[in-house]
Order: sequence, then structure tokens, then C-alpha cells
Amino acid sequence: MNGVHDMGGMQGMGPVQREQNEPVFHSPWEGRMYAINRAIGAWRKWNIDAGRHEIELIPPADYLRMSYYEKWLTRNIELLVKHGLVTREEIDSGKPAPGSAKAAPPLTLNGVPAALIRGSYMRPEASAKARFKSGQHVRARNMNPVGHTRLPHYARGKAGTVIRNHGIFVFPDTNAHFLGEQPQYLYSVRFAARELWGEQASRRDFVFIDMWDSYLERI
Amino acid sequence: MHTQDHEPDHDHQVVPPDPALRTKALESLLVEKGIVDPKALDALVDAYENKIGPRNGARVVARTWVDAAYRKRLLAVPGAAIAELGYEETQGEHMVVVENTAKVHNLVVCTLCSCYPWPVLGLPPVWYKSAPYRSRAVIDPRGVMREFGLELAEDVEVRVWDSTAEIRYLVLPERPAGTETWTEEELAALVSRDSMIGVVKVSATSGGKA
Repeated sequence: MNGVHDMGGMQGMGPVQREQNEPVFHSPWEGRMYAINRAIGAWRKWNIDAGRHEIELIPPADYLRMSYYEKWLTRNIELLVKHGLVTREEIDSGKPAPGSAKAAPPLTLNGVPAALIRGSYMRPEASAKARFKSGQHVRARNMNPVGHTRLPHYARGKAGTVIRNHGIFVFPDTNAHFLGEQPQYLYSVRFAARELWGEQASRRDFVFIDMWDSYLERI
Repeated sequence: MHTQDHEPDHDHQVVPPDPALRTKALESLLVEKGIVDPKALDALVDAYENKIGPRNGARVVARTWVDAAYRKRLLAVPGAAIAELGYEETQGEHMVVVENTAKVHNLVVCTLCSCYPWPVLGLPPVWYKSAPYRSRAVIDPRGVMREFGLELAEDVEVRVWDSTAEIRYLVLPERPAGTETWTEEELAALVSRDSMIGVVKVSATSGGKA
């Protein structure tokens, strides 16, 4: 979707604000939210792409106003309710529904070291056809899906060069909507900054974007 | 249900309760329902506060500066080379290491969200996830680096890596001049998080704090 999350090339956002000696979490609730996010993901009711899309669905003004972990809080409540792990009433009351059974968490203390290793999204065993090869000139498709996509707005319709084939990976555009992994080849594509931004860019600058096979077309 | 706290026509602008309180309420609900194990949450927080962070990446970088064979392995098969140093978490990642030279400078961003190589750098700083960095790194990389104090010569090629997929990028900075006699540990202490994102270079006086 053409949401406010798709920020590459936007202007007017101001200077980068740095913080000296920044802590990992600015307050304990941020750490709890980070951990809750990992722990509820272990239920495997949704996937990483659906999780990213849920953040994209936060209304634009809220998205820009909220801190990072506030967005996670909002996203996680939506996911928990949508996928039936809690009800809206339970969120509002803060209490389990009367008479509801207690579940067994899939991630317990002993499972944490293994859980720190993220699942792989590579699907080398899947059958897929590589339509492009390294060195080939390609164009990023001009497409504007209303759902989730990882094809940034600023690259659409632009010409670049495939520099590497990463192998076969889960396709986020379908996976985010539970329409299957539909694995396809993923490439690193190099775009000249001048192709993306015009004469104002340095002719020595390049942007490399990872793109799935179906994001690309032949030139 | 109009109260004095908010204007009738702008209910959606009501400031929500403190996220800290809402998070606390959510955690206790999830614990009571058996959805999460609080001890697992403690261990996850501890892992990122105390174990997994940019010191891991700094050790990887320093090793490449003293061990040419390791450098080769890291560039060829990054996941396995990083795991050699005991950072097993990288094995779930599809890492790509991009090398800075006198003529090429690399910069990593995620314009769409906040993708970042957790096992080697830990969790990203707020600025990396912020709108100014995500919007500008691709259109004005030299301007962004200037704000970090790095002025690149015109003839240096800038390569910006937008992490749109599950590939995770680590910048391998150049070894600074004047460190020829330094030990691996001394070198690791020089390597900053920001140098492995690519917004700064490593200098013999930089210190590895940020």
C-alpha cells in the first residue's frame, strides 16, 4: 500500500536526531513490549510479513506521532485480537473472560536461546524460475497494490541492473495476507541515484534494493 | 460520551493512556491467560540488554583486520564466519557484508520499516528507525553522513543498501591508519555501531561508544 511507512525519498522530515549513549530500551516497558512481540510470535498465528503490514495499517498521523514501541503495542493488540488469542473485551477490561481456559505458552524460558535465532525465509527446495540473471538490465514494475508490498514507491518504474541472485525466498506480498508463501527468486538490483532522483544526485551514487522476481520486468 | 477531557468533534484525537501502563496491563493479561511466560520475557530482555549488541559486530570487524583468511570467509559466507566467533544467532539470518574501501562507501537503511542485523548489532538506535533517516538515506546519503560528521570526497562512490527483504547488511569499515601495531581487542574497541551502519568511518581516536 502507498502508506506513510514507505518513506524513501520523502522530504521535510528534518535532521537525524542522534542520542549519545543511547540505552537499548528507554524505559522498562519498551523491553517488555519487545519481548512480548517475540513471545506472541511463537504462537505462529501470523508471520513476519503480516506483522509488518499491521504496522502499515496504523493511520498515517498516528504512525508519524507514535514512538517505535507504541506502534508495536498497537500492532500487537490488533494481531492478538484478529487471531483470537485475546478478545477486545479482555484488552479493555485487562482480565481474562470469566471461565476461559488457561493456555500453555509455546515459548518458555528454556526455549529462549533457540528463539533468538530467527526463522529462515529462504526456500531453496521450492520450485521457482529465475527470470533474470546477474548483469541484466531490468525495470521495477509500476504497481500500486493496496495490500502489503516490499517494493518501495521510489523505485517503481525505474531501471536498474541485477547484481546478485540471493536465492528463493518467501514472497511477502502474499504471505502477509495468508495467501501462501509463493516462494520466488530474490535479487539485489542496483539503481543509479540519478535514475531515481534526477540530476540533483551524484553520478557516483547508487541505491541497491532487494527485489522479488515478480517486482521486475525486462527492458 | 463527551467529557471535559476532549472536544466532541475530535474523539479520535484523544490522547491514549500511557503506553507503559497499557503494556503492563497487556503483559498481565497475557500471563494470566497463559499466552506468554514472564520468565521467557525476562530472558529476552536480558539477551538484548546484555548479550546481543554492537560489540559482537565490532569483534567480527576487528578479526577481519588482523586475519586476512577470516576476512575472505566473512565476505564469502558471512553467516558461517560470524558464527565462528560464537554468535550463533546469525545462522537464521541471510547476512551480506559490504566492504568500504578508499573509493567505495556503503550505507545501510530500511526505508519501509526497521530491518537491521540484530545478531551482530543488537537492536537499532532510535535514529535508524526514525522518519528523517529512513526518508533521506536514499535520496541524500551524503547530506545524512555530513550530519554525522562524515564528509566524503566527490570521487568516492556511495552505495546505499535499502533492506527491503530478509537480507541483513553489515558494513565492514576500513581499518584506520596508525593502528598497525594494535591488538585485535584494541581494534574492536574502536569499531562503533555507527561505522557498521555506514554513517561514519572508524578513526584511531573514534572510540567504539556509538
